[in-house]
Amino acid sequence: MAEAQNIPVGSTTAGSIAVAAESTVATRMSAPPSFDVADFPVPHGREEEWRFTPLERLRGLHDGTAVANGDGVKVDVQAPQGVTVEAVGRDDARLGKAGTPADRVAAQAYSAFEKASVVTVPKETVLTEPIRISVHGEGGTAFGHQVIELGAFAEAVVVIDHTGDAVLAANVDYVLGDGAKLTVVSVQDWDDKAVHVAQHNALIGRDASFKSVVVTFGGDVVRLHPRVQYAGPGGEAELFGLYFTDQGQHQEHRLLVDHNVPHCKSNVVYKGALQGDDAHAVWIGDVLIEAKAEGTDTYEMNRNLVLTDGARVDSVPNLEIETGEIVGAGHASATGRFDDEQLFYLMARGIPEHEARRLVVRGFFAELVQQIGLPDIEERLIAKIEEELEAAVA
Amino acid sequence: MATLEIRDLHVTVEADNATKEILKGVDLTVKQGETHAIMGPNGSGKSTLAYSLAGHPKYTITSGTVTLDGEDVLEMSVDERARAGLFLAMQYPVEVPGVSVSNFLRTSATAIRGEAPKLRTWVKEVKEAMQRLNMDPSFAERNVNEGFSGGEKKRHEILQLELLKPKMAILDETDSGLDVDALRVVSEGVNRVRETGEVGTLLITHYTRILRYIKPDHVHVFSGGRIVESGGAELADKLENEGYEGYTKGGASA
Repeated sequence: MAEAQNIPVGSTTAGSIAVAAESTVATRMSAPPSFDVADFPVPHGREEEWRFTPLERLRGLHDGTAVANGDGVKVDVQAPQGVTVEAVGRDDARLGKAGTPADRVAAQAYSAFEKASVVTVPKETVLTEPIRISVHGEGGTAFGHQVIELGAFAEAVVVIDHTGDAVLAANVDYVLGDGAKLTVVSVQDWDDKAVHVAQHNALIGRDASFKSVVVTFGGDVVRLHPRVQYAGPGGEAELFGLYFTDQGQHQEHRLLVDHNVPHCKSNVVYKGALQGDDAHAVWIGDVLIEAKAEGTDTYEMNRNLVLTDGARVDSVPNLEIETGEIVGAGHASATGRFDDEQLFYLMARGIPEHEARRLVVRGFFAELVQQIGLPDIEERLIAKIEEELEAAVA
Repeated sequence: MATLEIRDLHVTVEADNATKEILKGVDLTVKQGETHAIMGPNGSGKSTLAYSLAGHPKYTITSGTVTLDGEDVLEMSVDERARAGLFLAMQYPVEVPGVSVSNFLRTSATAIRGEAPKLRTWVKEVKEAMQRLNMDPSFAERNVNEGFSGGEKKRHEILQLELLKPKMAILDETDSGLDVDALRVVSEGVNRVRETGEVGTLLITHYTRILRYIKPDHVHVFSGGRIVESGGAELADKLENEGYEGYTKGGASA
């Protein structure tokens, strides 16, 4: 992409990093994390964490006026043998271990859910089939809490599918025991009117690896907040995201990787394509390397491909480093327009325009899709990307 | 027999909020099997001619006609021109991230030929064409032009020329930036295509060097947005010895 800007900041190796006097990642939030919605004032939209979000389209999730109604959202969990699936009350000790709600809507979800779902993979259990969780909206409003817990050295793949129409606020906790391996694919394939605000909390055990693949296609407003913390050294987090923001859609992904433990790794790659008037994608990538997190190795990247006029991207990488004793830290953000020269080159080889566009967009996502490592998911994503493009051409 | 006819072609480009005429009445006829060299100094409009024929949106045709076998080329979209048999080997081929050479070539061949080439024969065809151009097989798995050296880009252009078998090949400064070895390999590729007798070649170049490898039937001197002199291969020798000075001065006063 000829017009792309690349802004690598702070990419360096041990010993040569300017050390921030004080972290501001935490203080940029307007209130400290809390499980109680009452601890958060109703946002007015100028707060750092809300300034990109169209509050008026949240259908009351942010101000207490949204009320859950019966069977608004159906959740179905299909788990292979050996996996425990439970519906539990809010007093269950396993809830909230991976993280605390960081904003008012997450706290609202925690304060308002009735039953939480807890999926447990016992220690040393290696699943050969994925756990599939279907979250299907039937036009109602719901508050959810989902826990996925892997015992030590357990390995699992979880696919969470969001479809239909709903107003949903939720927290999802991923708790990885020592040496556990968890891959989670969360697909937001909502209908056009859906509103979905969720916080994902991952707590990664010693030598455990967590791979998150967030895929957002649908919805009126989707705002996801994946957060990662480490429970012991040697943990690895790979956070991949792919979004396709169409006319009028607001899709926001805010990430926080908190390197709170020495010798952990994180790699964040989010890529998005936008098309149509008022398509709005927001990507906030916060990485914090705490003073005690020596030996950290982290990189984060966001790339956006703007296919048409009228779309808007806000991409804000933010890296805060409190120790110089690290392996590496870097970030990059680039937003480019669809490159007419690429289109000309392909068309000059006889390839019709819509097919040329498809090739370029597929190419843009290809590298990321290939890193998912789950062939059936990869195929489905490519098919879905093609579908989105077809819709645009039509 | 395929014929490309360019008549009184005028082309403008928008630059710095002004419209500038670059081509000022180009007349040229290229027949299948012929090789025409267009030579001229920098800024004479040679590349504009190449890109205008291919249909680059940056250039506006203000008057004149271009036909290929009587068909109006200027009415065609960029991809239609390619499918009609026009091929432009670009001076600065464009990177297409995430699209492999093999996928690109097959997609292109499918579009040009009107049907997907049979996989087994296609793989062989590409492999052999790459061998002839001294291209490593791993090349096919790289992304189009991404991280290619100057020589690799030009070989890749000529690879496409060999595979797509156009009626008219426009080679825009294919020799620029090549060392002697690469120039020889690339020229041999062009000559293989020429020897079929089925392609008309428009060889656009600043230097006479490539003409030692690719012998033109006709040489045209391009200056001030049009052809100012035409002749046989001997005209290139004259340019080799005397340079373009006589033409640029003459062009300014004309």
